[in-house]
Amino acid sequence: MTAHHDATLADSYNFAYLDEQTKRMIRRAILKGVAVPGYQVPFASREMPMPYGWGTGGVQVTAACLTPDDRLKVIDQGADDTTNAVSIRKFFQRTAGVAVTESTVEATLIQTRHRIPESALTAGQILVYQVPIPEPLRFLEPRETETRKMHELEEYGLIHVKLYEDIARHGTIATAYAYPVKVEGRYVMDPSPIPKFDNPKLSNSPALQLFGAGREQRIYALPPFTHVVSLDFDDHPFEASKAPHDCDLCGASDSYLDEVITDDQGGRMFVCSDTDFCRVRQEAGHLGAMAVPNLAGSA
Amino acid sequence: MSDALLGGFEQAPLQSSNAFRAALAVLSQPGEIRELQGALPPAPLSVAAGVLLLTLCDGTTPVHLAGGHDCAAVRDWITFHCGAPLVGAEAATFAFGDWTALHPLGRFAIGQPDYPDRAATLIVEMATLTATGAALRGPGIAEVAHLSLPEIAAFQANRALFPLGFDCFFTCGVWVAALPRSTRVEAV
Repeated sequence: MTAHHDATLADSYNFAYLDEQTKRMIRRAILKGVAVPGYQVPFASREMPMPYGWGTGGVQVTAACLTPDDRLKVIDQGADDTTNAVSIRKFFQRTAGVAVTESTVEATLIQTRHRIPESALTAGQILVYQVPIPEPLRFLEPRETETRKMHELEEYGLIHVKLYEDIARHGTIATAYAYPVKVEGRYVMDPSPIPKFDNPKLSNSPALQLFGAGREQRIYALPPFTHVVSLDFDDHPFEASKAPHDCDLCGASDSYLDEVITDDQGGRMFVCSDTDFCRVRQEAGHLGAMAVPNLAGSA
Repeated sequence: MSDALLGGFEQAPLQSSNAFRAALAVLSQPGEIRELQGALPPAPLSVAAGVLLLTLCDGTTPVHLAGGHDCAAVRDWITFHCGAPLVGAEAATFAFGDWTALHPLGRFAIGQPDYPDRAATLIVEMATLTATGAALRGPGIAEVAHLSLPEIAAFQANRALFPLGFDCFFTCGVWVAALPRSTRVEAV
């Protein structure tokens, strides 16, 4: 390895933590995933220095893709400053010495837990999803041998029954996240637990989208400009829903919102889940109903 | 020192990471042509094919050498640098050779209906490689892309097998392009 002068870089690790043999294995799986969009490629997932459920699949895909020239952004539910995002970002700063950023437009590789950034992704960017349960049919059919056969035969009636049961019970498709999609008219895919508000961004994105499930040992992919359709019915078309509010900090009406409880008197506010998007808007002068003028900036 | 010992990566982690990103870019955007540098394999293996070999192959990936590529110099180089078992076309995960030498294509693994990923990757050595010729449409392509494919019919037949089928990288000197099985190919 070349000498790095970053004091935080741990030289005792191979570049991006994983050994080369493991990276080759993951890279081969990624390439096959790209060749068959939406199909879940099995891979020999490794133990990572973080627990399952904290993004071990995404971390392995990111480690296999990173180059020293990359600029990495890590988000957890849209936020750059939550525990999971901070831990993974520091992990790659230490083991790969890569530059990091919170800006969506400046990042070359974005690892995400459960959100797609609000700002449009661009050609050349890679979005890596952390996936807990990659199999969209798993809660309908627990046997792997059966779900594999169902994918083989394109036997997806069961998942439509599930959506229909939503309508029968609630009058509408109540599934709000991990909303199943069909890729290029062939494979039904779990887009990871992103809100269904994000589903339209899966389709025809100029960026490459990679999905890693560590505990479940699956990698799948959506190449750029892949046609992705959210499953629905003619009389109950898919609807990308969000809370019917504007962001209370930046005033955005078109971003996905988190509801934040502010006191024990029923007080609440709605804020953008994408912290970078919200910050950029506030800096540009957009203020929401509960925004406090930035004193440091105006001094 | 034997020539077989030379020509590998000098900084494998960094060089293979850059090489993989180029391979990922061309496979996820069919028609795109990128440069692969860093290895100096023995002839007739091109630089780009040698870099792909070092980046993707190891002791767990059976490699098939077709036609003129099946020579002592290349066999020794692969054995030393990758440790990949050299096998017949039917058992290969990766195959290297000229387009005509790789025929008949029916020998290569196209995956199984329940495991379409268990398919061969062909690394086709080309005399020229340009973004002209056959029209490509499908995942990875915004509208239409073009690539100087060695023929059309074989790739149309391969696409008809989707989600089964083999995937191809095309190499020419230091240049690489790719055609996954998902791409629809038409003559212009």
